[in-house]
Amino acid sequence: MWSFSDIANELHIWLNKTFNPTLTLVIEMVIAGIAVISLFAVLGLVLVLMERKVSAWMQIRLGPNRVGPKGMLQSLADTLKLLVKEGLTPNGADKLLFNLAPFIAMIVAMLLMAPIAFAKDFQLWDLNIGVLYVSAVSSIMVISILMAGWASNNKYSLMGAMRSGAQIVSYELSAGLSILTIVVLTGSLRVSDIIQSQADGWWIFKGHIPALIAFVIFIIAVTAETNRAPFDLAEAESELTAGFHTEYSGMKFALFFLAEYVNVFIVCAIGATLFLGGWMPFHIGNWTGFNKVMDYIPSSIWFFGKTFFLIFIIMWFRWTFPRLRIDQLLNLEWKYLLPISMINLLLVTAMAILKWHF
Amino acid sequence: MFEEVGTTTEGDLIINVGPQHPATHGVLHLVITLNGETIKKVEPHLGFIHRSIEKMCESLSYRQFIYVTSRMDYLSAHINNHACAMCVEKGLQLEIPPRAQVVRVLMDELTRIASHELWWGAMAMDLGAFTPFFHAFRERETINDIMEETCGARLTMNYMVPGGVMQDIHPDFQRKVKEFIQLFKRKIHEYDEMVTGNVIFQNRMKKVGYLSAEDAVSYGCSGPTARGSGVRCDIRKYYPYEVYNNVEFEEILETGGDSFARYMVRIREMEQSVCIIEQLIDNIPEGDFQAKTKAVLKLPKGEFYSRVETARGELGVYIVSEGGTTPYRIKFRSPGFSNLSVLDHIARGSKLGDLVAMMGTLDLVIPDIDR
Amino acid sequence: MFITKYIKEVYLGIKSLLVGMKRTGYYFTHHKEIITQQYPDNRDTLNLPERFKGEVVMPHDEKNEHRCTGCQACELACPNGTIKVITQSVLLADGRKKKAIDKLVYHLELCTMCNLCVVACPSDAIVMAQTFEHSVFDRTKLTKILNNPGSKIMDGIE
Repeated sequence: MWSFSDIANELHIWLNKTFNPTLTLVIEMVIAGIAVISLFAVLGLVLVLMERKVSAWMQIRLGPNRVGPKGMLQSLADTLKLLVKEGLTPNGADKLLFNLAPFIAMIVAMLLMAPIAFAKDFQLWDLNIGVLYVSAVSSIMVISILMAGWASNNKYSLMGAMRSGAQIVSYELSAGLSILTIVVLTGSLRVSDIIQSQADGWWIFKGHIPALIAFVIFIIAVTAETNRAPFDLAEAESELTAGFHTEYSGMKFALFFLAEYVNVFIVCAIGATLFLGGWMPFHIGNWTGFNKVMDYIPSSIWFFGKTFFLIFIIMWFRWTFPRLRIDQLLNLEWKYLLPISMINLLLVTAMAILKWHF
Repeated sequence: MFEEVGTTTEGDLIINVGPQHPATHGVLHLVITLNGETIKKVEPHLGFIHRSIEKMCESLSYRQFIYVTSRMDYLSAHINNHACAMCVEKGLQLEIPPRAQVVRVLMDELTRIASHELWWGAMAMDLGAFTPFFHAFRERETINDIMEETCGARLTMNYMVPGGVMQDIHPDFQRKVKEFIQLFKRKIHEYDEMVTGNVIFQNRMKKVGYLSAEDAVSYGCSGPTARGSGVRCDIRKYYPYEVYNNVEFEEILETGGDSFARYMVRIREMEQSVCIIEQLIDNIPEGDFQAKTKAVLKLPKGEFYSRVETARGELGVYIVSEGGTTPYRIKFRSPGFSNLSVLDHIARGSKLGDLVAMMGTLDLVIPDIDR
Repeated sequence: MFITKYIKEVYLGIKSLLVGMKRTGYYFTHHKEIITQQYPDNRDTLNLPERFKGEVVMPHDEKNEHRCTGCQACELACPNGTIKVITQSVLLADGRKKKAIDKLVYHLELCTMCNLCVVACPSDAIVMAQTFEHSVFDRTKLTKILNNPGSKIMDGIE
């Protein structure tokens, strides 16, 4: 059957036959880079359209339906518009930092793509500390936001950046702790090991209630980490007009916009990998017939299906809830999520030691 | 004691919210002194949408000046027109036909519901929930359709004229209003599900922007803003006009004084308005919709004042007449101006994020403040 | 007790959030509730109520006759000087002179659709039309002459 790993292997063998090993490595890297960038572009277009459609249907509207069939080219048209717009740099802005910030946001998002397993045996870099790498690199995101807020020479931007700093730093904790629960259960930080450990059932099902709690906390924490409503205090439209990207326009704004969506994709992919079994198909005990049918669905579809399901949940949050206030946001983290996830981690550790999970 | 404008202590941040800002819903300019996220001072700057309506009215005849007042508090245009028409009628000592009275009250209450719907949606949007805005507009559109059918316009109807109403109600009016009431009763619980009961919303609203009853009185607050602090001030109840003394309704009072209390007053007021409409919709008396008036209205020399309860509070119309065809001097006591004046008082010491919650529950309509 | 209060708080909070999500989820899946009107596409089916105040027009009958006597009541009733009635005297068949309108100039750009002119008109010569797409590229096009060229007043209207 057709699969991503087969294509990758064929390509690898063919390249090895044609070129010498060094050149093969270089060519493979270039191909991977191009693949990541094109995935970026496609993800940006798809997620923006998805968000607009989801929001429209929740708000009893139709959503974009003019450009292309059923409005499917709307986000492409938006991108074209943003491309031809003038990228203004405000007076008094720190030009270097101002122009650098959106690229850092993008680079961080690209780096985060490395350890994600998109399909069976299809991964850019299966490093042995994959999960740790993700939580470490995603913290760099805050630097780009702080940079943008500081360099804009705008008070709204500055306040947005400061809020975002406090927010991302604190929500990293509970996101990290809920990742740890799965790491404790699996005993490995390697992404492929984590997925392999879910071959007989996803952690959300076989990890009992602690895994479920960890999943809920993870979803809340990553929603906050990616600055999405109800935790969008960094941009808080009605308070700070647009927060840290108030002064950005044209393609620089689009890069921030794209980075936000790609970040949402990445955290949802991590969530799907950790809790929903990554590319693992859905199996029920010993229903062999049912399991066979599930196996027949390609692993990449499983992965993207799960990821988009999580993305949908995060969009659902956004279009339902009002925004929190900054002190409530920090209260939620330090008084609710952090204690709960700490106790949860203890529970999971006990469970793992006593072998209560199946 | 007034502090000198522009002086700040070290570490303060002065930001301009407005005149173009998503949360001010118009061209209100707030100069906010911040210490971190905490508000130290709020200075509202007015005048961006001043059209000198009061002066304009002095050169318009008693029939003509009413249409201008739709442009003050455009969300309760009917009620503004009603106040002006009533003031002129007071001067002319006109008796209004009972049918016109009932139609006027019906229109007022429909306007009140429409205004509160928009307030609800816009306030939820300020707090970051976008979806309620569209849901509120679904019901509001139904009211606007009813208005369009009877008055010919959706927002600035100019339906009240001295002596009654401009046209008789549309034959479909009663049926459509009943349909709307059915729709509204089906949908009102969704408001609670989506916004009122939401834990994030409650935390954003409760204990935010506390206004005590004494302050509400001394700042001259009126309407739901004052009733949220427990001040009894419903003009419809204490100075009843038209048929308000014949209908049963409750004056909504909340004693919390915070933003949530003001929110609940408005939500429950919508239900009371529906209650009033239900009592009147089947009992519209037959007869003329307009009293006979002369072609050119001349008010006798003197001073006339009328007050009504708009969706935002007490609107007063004060006309000084020299006996001519135009008012000598006219003055509108608009609720929005007094309600805005408490903003600095209640905002001090709270977070920047609270400001939108407070502004939302004060229900500011900027053209009403500036006129 | 602190712990039970804490757990109850968390439980009630999450419950209230789920109630809201259920409501938006309902609308997400029920597309019949969508209320969008796709405006320029639905021009044919768009129904404006007959009282809708779009612009002032002067109806003419098939003989190109209108009902305007040129009494200037509308001009007086208008709060913003939207209407200008320009009259002329015409020679009747029996040799008498009579006042009639030459032009009834209507400035749409000044009009607030307050309906006062229509109410003031003693001979019902002007009415409100149900048009609303008034935007033009040249503002002089907004100044309209309501009576058709060569039109006359109907017989029997004084």
